[in-house]
Amino acid sequence: MFRRKLGKTHVPHYKNTAGTPAVAIPTPASVLLPVAQHIGAPATVVVKPGDTVKIGDIVAEASSYVSSPIYASVSGKVAKLEKYLRADGKTVDAVRIESDGLMECRDLTPPDINSIDDLTEAVRHSGLVGLGGAGFPTSVKLDAAKKGGIATLVLNGAECEPYITADTRTMLDDGELIREGVELLLKFIPSLEKIYIGIEKNKPECIEKMTELFSDCERAEVVSLPSLYPQGAEKVIVYNTAGIVIEEGKLPADFGVLVMNVTSVAELMRFVKTGMPLVSRTVTVDGSAVSEPKNLTVPIGTSVRNVLAAAGVADDDIGMVLFGGPMMGTAICSLDEPTVKTTGALTVLTEADARRREPTPCIHCGRCVAACPIGLNPTAYSKALDIEITDDRMKKLEDEKIMLCMECGCCSYVCPASRPLVQNNRIAKVQLRDFQAHSATLKN
Amino acid sequence: MNKLTVSTSPHIQTKVTTSRIMADVIIALSLPAIASVVLYGLPALLIIVTCVGSAIISELLFNLATKRQQTVGDLSAAVTGLILALSLPADVKVWQCVVGSAFAIVVVKCLFGGLGHNFANPAATGRIFLFLAFAEAGGGVSTRFMNEAELVTSATPLELLKTSTFEGLPSLLDMFLGNRAGAIGEGCILAILIGFVWLVARRVIKWETPVIYVGTVFLLSLIVKGDLEFAIYQVMAGGLVYAAVFMATDYVTTPINRAGRAVFALGCGVITVLIRLFGSYPGGVSFAILIMNILSPYIERLCRRRPLGGVKNDKK
Repeated sequence: MFRRKLGKTHVPHYKNTAGTPAVAIPTPASVLLPVAQHIGAPATVVVKPGDTVKIGDIVAEASSYVSSPIYASVSGKVAKLEKYLRADGKTVDAVRIESDGLMECRDLTPPDINSIDDLTEAVRHSGLVGLGGAGFPTSVKLDAAKKGGIATLVLNGAECEPYITADTRTMLDDGELIREGVELLLKFIPSLEKIYIGIEKNKPECIEKMTELFSDCERAEVVSLPSLYPQGAEKVIVYNTAGIVIEEGKLPADFGVLVMNVTSVAELMRFVKTGMPLVSRTVTVDGSAVSEPKNLTVPIGTSVRNVLAAAGVADDDIGMVLFGGPMMGTAICSLDEPTVKTTGALTVLTEADARRREPTPCIHCGRCVAACPIGLNPTAYSKALDIEITDDRMKKLEDEKIMLCMECGCCSYVCPASRPLVQNNRIAKVQLRDFQAHSATLKN
Repeated sequence: MNKLTVSTSPHIQTKVTTSRIMADVIIALSLPAIASVVLYGLPALLIIVTCVGSAIISELLFNLATKRQQTVGDLSAAVTGLILALSLPADVKVWQCVVGSAFAIVVVKCLFGGLGHNFANPAATGRIFLFLAFAEAGGGVSTRFMNEAELVTSATPLELLKTSTFEGLPSLLDMFLGNRAGAIGEGCILAILIGFVWLVARRVIKWETPVIYVGTVFLLSLIVKGDLEFAIYQVMAGGLVYAAVFMATDYVTTPINRAGRAVFALGCGVITVLIRLFGSYPGGVSFAILIMNILSPYIERLCRRRPLGGVKNDKK
C-alpha cells in the first residue's frame, strides 16, 4: 500500500534515563489533588476537612460521563479544600491531604469483570485517564468500543518527546501487564482484528521485549517507527502503523481505531488485577538543569518542589519547569504546583536554555512546511493573521486547514528565523473557533 | 532562583539560524570565488570586494536612512553581493559594480520590505540591470590562460553556440574547469559542483531544483538539436549551472513547497532553452529566473499538498 511520507523533525532524543528503573520518592508531607486532571468535567469533592483517608480512598467522584474520579495518594487527613489555578487559566477545587507518613492502603478487591460493560464500569472507577499526556478518560474511550466496529488497536509506545522515558520503563518493567491488558481487551472487544504496537527505533530493547511478549499473538504486530518527532502524535502513529487517515473533525473511533498509551494499558491491567486505582505514576525528571536525571515513582498530587528535591535538582539551576517534554510541555509558574495524572515528566531547563531567540524576518525557506507532519503551511496562518479581522482572514484560515494543526511544535522548532509559528497557530485556531461559533449563533 | 520562565511550547529550538544558512552559502560560494581569482587574477578580486562591500554598505545606509532595525548581521546582503559579483565579466568597471549592487539591494530588496519580502532575486535582477545598462556587463572576457594571458573581450561559448559552425569552442575539459570566456565565477563548473554538494550536505538546499533545472535544459537542447555534444555544451556554457545552484535555489523568491520548487526549476529550464535557442540574446538564465520569480506565488498555490486528513471544504 502506498503511504505518503509525513513531515518530521530531527529533535534530539536525550533519553538519558532509559536505563534507570523508577524509584519511589520519600513520602511527601502533603499532596494537593486538583479535581480536574483530565479532559472533561471536573470531579466533585466528596470529602471534608478533618476526614481520615487511606491510599485509594475516593476524594472526588466523576461528575458526568466525560469525567474521572480522584483518589487519595497518601494516607492521612484531609487538611483543607483549596483553589488551584491551572496553566490554562481555569481555577478548580483541590483537596489538600496531609500525610501521616504511614502510606496505608485501603482494603482492595479486584473488580469482577465478565463483560465489556463490567470493564468500562470498572475503568470508570479506576480514575484512569490517557497517561501519554492528553488525559482523556479511558472509560469513555472503551465505551466507544462497546458500540462495536473497533477493528484496530494501536498501542502508543513511541514516546517521541525528548527526555521522557516513563513509557520506556513501563514497557521494560511492566511489559507483562501490557501483554495481559491486551489479552483482556481482546477478550471483551471481539471485533478487534489487528493490534499495532508502535515504538520508535531508538528503543530497541523495548521493541525486542514487546516482540517477544507478543510472539504468541498472531493479531499483534510490533511496528518499529523512525526516531523522528512526532511519531507519537495520535494521527501520525495511526497512519504510520495502521495506514488509516483520521479526517478532520473526526475521532479515531470513527475509523474503527482505538489508540491507547502503553502505560495506560499497563495501569488498566494493574487495576483489574489488584483493584488499586490510579494514585501514583512514573515521572521522568530530566533537562539541562538536572545533573542526575532520574525516573521516580511519585504519588499523584506531590508538589513539583518535592519531586525536584527528591531528584537532587539544585534550586539555583532552575530556570524553567515543564509538565511534559520540551516540545509540547506546559511551563509552570510555581514549584508548589502539584504533579497530576498526566505528568509523565518534569523537564527542568536552565535559564539560558529557557530563552528563545528573537524572531527575525521569515526567509520563506520552507523548513516548516517540510516539517509539518500533517502537511500544513504554517507561514500561511501567520500571513492570515496579518489580514484585518474579517471574513477574509477566517476564510483563509479555513482554506488552509488550520484546525488540523495539532500543535506539535515542529514548525517553531525548525524555524531558522525563530518565528512563533505554532504560537500563531494557537491564536488563529481560537479566533476561527470563536468565529464559527458566532456564525452558527447568527444563523439560528 | 525564584523566578520561573513561562512561555508556550515548544521550549527548545534548532541551532540553524538565518545567519548560519547565509554563512553556509558564502562558504559554498568561496570555491567559485577562488576559482575566479585563479582564472582572472586581480580584476576578479576587485569585483568581488567591490560588490560585497557595496551591497553591505547599501543595506546599512538604507536601514539608517529609513530608521529601520539594522539587518546587515544576517549576512544576506553579503550573499547577494557575492552572487552578483561572480556573475559579472572581468572587464566590468568598479563603479558599475557599485551601481549594480546598490540597485540589487536597495531597489530590488529593501524597497520591497527587506529580507524575505522581495519578489525578485536581487542578484539576478542586478545582473540584468547591469547587462541592459552597460555593454561591458553582458559580454565575456578571456581568462589568463587564453590569448597570451591578456584579459580581452572574447566570444563566449554561448555566442559561439549560436553560430552555425561552432568554430573556436573550448574543449569540454576547459569548459568544466572554467578556461573559457565568460563571467568570472560561472566558468569553473567543478568549483560550483563542490559548492552544490556542500549546500545539499548542510541541508541548506534540496538537490532537486538545480538538477531539474539543468536536466531540463539538457534534455530540451538534445531534443531540439538532436546532438549530444551540443546539449552538453549548452549545460556547461553561460551561467546555467551557477544560476541553478545559487540563484534558482533562493528561498525568498521561489515557492515554499517542494513540488512548487520542482515546477519552478522546470519552468526556468524551459524558458532558458527558449531564450538561448530561439531568442535574440545568447543567454537567458537570469531572465528565466526573473520570470519564474514573478510566477512563484501562483505556482506555490497550485502545488499545495492536501494535508493528511484534510477534506474539501464544500464536502463538509
